[in-house]
Formats: sequence, C-alpha cells, structure tokens
Amino acid sequence: MEEHKYSSGQLYALIALRLLVGWHFLYEGIVKLYNPTWTAKGYLLSASIMKPFFGWLASGTISSVVDVLNIGALVIVGVSLLIGLKTKWASIIGIGLLALYYLAHPAFPGLPQGPSEGSYWIVNKNLIEIAALWVVMLFPTAWAFGLENLLAKNKTEVSN
Amino acid sequence: MSNDNNNFGKWSRRDMLRGLAGIPVLGTVWYAGASATINAKKERKQLLETLNINATAPPSTGPMAGTPIRLGIIGFGIRGEQLCRALGFATTKWLKDMKEASDNNPNDSRLKDFLAQENLNIKISAVCDIFDFNAQRVIDSFSTDDTKVKRFLTYKELINSKEVDAIVIATPDHWHAPISIEAINAGVHVYVEKPMTHNVSETYALRDAVLANPKVVLQLGHQHRQTQSFLTAQDIIAKKVLGHVSLITTNTNRNDDNGAWQYEIHPDASPKTIDWNQFIGNAPMEEFNLEHFFRWRKWWAYGSGLSGDLLSHDYDRLNCVLKMGIPDSVMTSGGIYTHRDGRNVPDVMQVNMEYKDFTTGSSQQDGKEKGMTFVYSATLGNQFDRPTYLMGHDGTMELGNSVTVYADARSTKYAELIKEKRIDPSEPIYLYNPSLNKTDAVTSATAKYFANKGLLYTYRDGKRVDPTFLHMREWLSCIRNGGTPSCSIKEGFEEAISSHMAGLSYKIGRRIEWDQETQKIIAKPGEDLDAILVANKEKVIV
Repeated sequence: MEEHKYSSGQLYALIALRLLVGWHFLYEGIVKLYNPTWTAKGYLLSASIMKPFFGWLASGTISSVVDVLNIGALVIVGVSLLIGLKTKWASIIGIGLLALYYLAHPAFPGLPQGPSEGSYWIVNKNLIEIAALWVVMLFPTAWAFGLENLLAKNKTEVSN
Repeated sequence: MSNDNNNFGKWSRRDMLRGLAGIPVLGTVWYAGASATINAKKERKQLLETLNINATAPPSTGPMAGTPIRLGIIGFGIRGEQLCRALGFATTKWLKDMKEASDNNPNDSRLKDFLAQENLNIKISAVCDIFDFNAQRVIDSFSTDDTKVKRFLTYKELINSKEVDAIVIATPDHWHAPISIEAINAGVHVYVEKPMTHNVSETYALRDAVLANPKVVLQLGHQHRQTQSFLTAQDIIAKKVLGHVSLITTNTNRNDDNGAWQYEIHPDASPKTIDWNQFIGNAPMEEFNLEHFFRWRKWWAYGSGLSGDLLSHDYDRLNCVLKMGIPDSVMTSGGIYTHRDGRNVPDVMQVNMEYKDFTTGSSQQDGKEKGMTFVYSATLGNQFDRPTYLMGHDGTMELGNSVTVYADARSTKYAELIKEKRIDPSEPIYLYNPSLNKTDAVTSATAKYFANKGLLYTYRDGKRVDPTFLHMREWLSCIRNGGTPSCSIKEGFEEAISSHMAGLSYKIGRRIEWDQETQKIIAKPGEDLDAILVANKEKVIV
C-alpha cells in the first residue's frame, strides 16, 4: 500500500470526509434495505430530462432490478468507505450512482426542482457529494485508517 | 496456523486500531438505519391494522367469450367517439393523429394504450346520427369485411331492426330517456350517458321500463365507479376510519371555452346534412340553429347545464362511496357570470344538498352526531384545482385518483394515538396511490409530491387502463354472464332525481324538498316541475 505524504491535519480532514460520505451512503442503503416497499420508481418516472431512459429503468421487472442494484451499490459504497477497503472503486461506483440521481432531477434553471428541501441553481447536494467522492478517490486514506492498512501489512509480512 | 499467529504478532495495537476502527462505526450506522426503519415499519403496520383498510382490486368482470355482441351507436359526437374507443373502435383519423403524436413524442402512449386494450368481442353493426358527417365516419371507420355498419335514420328503426343486441346512447340529454325506454321495451341492452334523464317524470318512466324488463342490462355512464381509488374509499367509509362525516365539498373548476361547452361547429353542417326536426324532439321548436345543434349543453331545452352535466358526476362519485341516496332538500344559487353569450344555463353554481338523518358512524356518544351537507361548487371561470374532501369527526379524506386520509387533531377515535405522538394530524395516516401500486400508512413529502404529479391512472393488475373501458366491459359482461352493473337503475334514479332537484332549485329560486315516503319531489300546488326544469329560459318565477 502506497503511503501518501499528507500533513496530519490534511490526513484527518480526508479521513473525516471519507467517513462522512460513507456514513451517508450506508444509512441511505440500510433504510431502503429494511423497507421492502421502497422503490425508486417514482423518482425515475418523474425525471425531468432523459425521460425515455429513466422511464425504461422504472418499467416492469427492470424497476425491481434497479432497486436491488441501487440498494446494493449504496450499501457497498458505504461499507467500503467506512471500513477503508477498495475505497477508490467504491468512490467510482458512488460517483456513478450520484450522477444518475443528479441527471434524473438536475438543478437546471427552467426545470422543476422536484422533491428537495433547499434552493439550488445547477449545483445541488448530489453534485457536491460527487465532488467529495472525487477527492476521496484521488486522496486515499485507507492506508492510514482502514482495513487496507492491516491487509497491506499482512501482505508485506507474508511476502517476506 | 503458526503463520497466522506470526502475522497477528506483526500488528501493533495502533495498527489494529487504525485498521479496524471503521467497523464499530459501520455497525452503529447499520444498527441505527435498520432499527429506525424496522420501528417505523412496525408503527405503520400497527396503524394499518388499526385502520384495517382493504385496498385490493375487485375481481375482474366475466369472460368475453361467445358470439360477438352486435352494437348500435346512437349519437357519434365528441362523447360517442370516446365511448367507441373504449369499446376498441377508433376512427381512421384518430389513429392517424395518434400515430403522428407518438412519432413526435415517444412518451405519448395514447395509441399504444388503445392498441393494448383487450378485445371485447363485439361488432358495431349499426349507427344512428342525425348529422350525415358523423354517421359516415362510423360507417367508414368501423365497417369490417364481415360487418358493414348500417345507418338508420331514426333511433326507432335502429332499435327495432333486429340487427343490434345492445345500444350505446351519447345524444343530447333530452333524448337519453326516450331512446333508453324504446330500447329496453324492445329487449335491447342500453349504455346511456349521464345524466340518465332530462326531466323528473321520464326518470320514473325509465325506472318502470327497466323493472318491467329484468333481462335487459342498463348501465349509466359514470365510469369513475371503476376507478380503484373509489373502491378503496368505500372500504375506508365501511371501516369507519373518518367517523361521522358531516360535510362533503366537491367542485368543478374550468376556465376555457371547451369546458364551457363552446364546442366547434362543423363546416359541413347545414339543414341538408342535419335532421333538425329529430334533433328538436320533445323540445320547443326553433329555427334551424347551428349553435343549438353543436352547443346544446348551453340550453335547458336540450341539456342540463352544470347540474346535469357535471354535478351528476360528482354526486355519483360520492354516492358510490357513501350510498347516501337522494337528499332531503336541495338549495342552489349561481348565475351566468363568465360566458354571457346567449346561453341560459348557469356557469357558476353552488348546490347544497341536505341529508338530515345520514351518518357514516360515530365514535362519540349515541345521538350526538347525525346529518350531512353535500356542497357542490362550480365555476367555468377559474381552473384552480379544488380537491374533493369528506370531512368527518375523526378524519378527512381527500378523494381523487389517489386517496389520502388525515386524522383530525380533535378526533375521539385517534385521541390516544395523537397524544402518544404516533399520529401527526398534519401528515396523512393513509395514502393509496394506485399508480405506485402500493399503500403506505405514513407518507413523506416526497411521496405526496409524486402522488400529486399526475402519474395517476386507474390500474388493474399493474396495467394502466381506461375506466370507461372497464365500465363498458362490466356492462358487456352482465349482458353475457348475468349480474347487475355497478351503475344501473337504482343508482341512475338517484343521480337523475338529485340533479333535477338542483336544477329546479336554481330555476325556481327556492329550497326543493324530497318526500322519502312517497318518493316524490314536493311541488307546490299548480307547479309543473318538468315544464319548469326544461323551460328554455334561465329562471322560472313561480
């Protein structure tokens, strides 16, 4: 595991960012996982752009596959970021997922804002979380805080 | 094994902490999410069990097998064309227009929905329309290789031709009862548009005809009886979720010329292409007049204005849920305020129907609650959407394509649950949205947002369907397999009498009362209620 040269302040800030995003993903995933009536159908059907694509995702059996994949991705990204394992891949999956959320209801001027509690113009919280994951992806911290730290040491010992 | 031990031995406590500290965080978040969701689910389940509302779809109507039913169409105007589509017959022009619409907009599924509709195993064998253009459209579009649609110049010839088993009536209101009675006495099944009749006496005459011919199936065109949300609403009332309902408010809001019955006048229309005498029928004779022919809803002589055209729908929507029947009295006010174009039916109308003994059940002490007012408020000069509310002591139901129930903050039934903060009166305690195909006891702002997004249609087995199709199918199933349709003579009688009471109150300007014992509208000595109701003027001073 390659170690990066951060100041301790930088390292703590990056770890905190990773844990907060992971926490958010995991909680969203778990709430949906334990609620069998939850479905993304409404969110997808009310998409304000790319309606045929999101409409297809919301259709018939595809809709239930989409729900399972969505929950699975949320949980995997959340677990990965919290325990510090394969965080780069988790960040990429998370960015993809958030990009889909953003595209279904983008905060573009002239489009209906959809269900949300704030006021947004182009930038909304999905976009900010994408940027956060981008940072998490480029500035790994699992070597310092996470399972990767242990596994890396394990590997080093075994190979010796 | 020794290798493992060795490896563990290589890790300091600090390594272990840095490596595994994420795991307790993971466990905490997982536990928090799972327990919150499971508890909320348990609460919802308990609440749903308390409410005990059954939102399952009714069994579908019987098979459409056997010899095809031969149908005659009487009246092929705006509504007649829509009814034929519900039966599976669209005009060539409509098919072409819809093809273009779906080519231009892939989300326009009208053509797709129409083509996916079940085949009802019928033939359109005859048409009677007194405007040549309309009759020709039916012949050109609906004739098939083995069935050429035959045109009859009068409804009597069509009914007695032995070429039809059943007819669909979509004529002006003043023709509904005469044609229905002729058909029923000839043993021909009838689907008739609302209002069932145009005056009081023909309401009794039509009822007599149906009762004398029990094998003939009559269905009145209140297709919302097939809308799943209304069936769920019936169960909500049956389970006494709302307590005693003392007030219903229901509304019509339109703000365009089409909504004010200012329909298009066809360029081919002339005394040569229209049988004017037949149009007039039992109405007072007038000079040939295209306004009257195409925009007949604007005159009492042929139509029934807001009370017959639109109150009748709202009345039947509630009557199918509450089975409240004919009101004890009706008072109507209003006027011609938004379309002063020579019409004599009002365009703003407020109707108060009183039910002095009616109750939906009470959660309070015996005798405290009894009686209900049904308020219908209509304007053709504003289209702000005012929902239908059923307001009870224990709760309020908003009724539309979806059903939303709120507990009342001062409810007796839910007092404990509200006190324990398990029910929040500002949040729905029950939401039924057939388009999302699920029920939920407590809903979020997001779910409410989707419920109001117009993703709402009537669904059967997860498939979007047109309620008019289901209403027609029910009628055809009763013809084939026996049974009584959901909107037959009892419901039609109540709809027609209640609408006529509203119209009479408007015209006379006083409270109109119903005598439950004699089953008659109370007239003052010398008052001819029929003449007053259809008199071709706005008000009748008695």
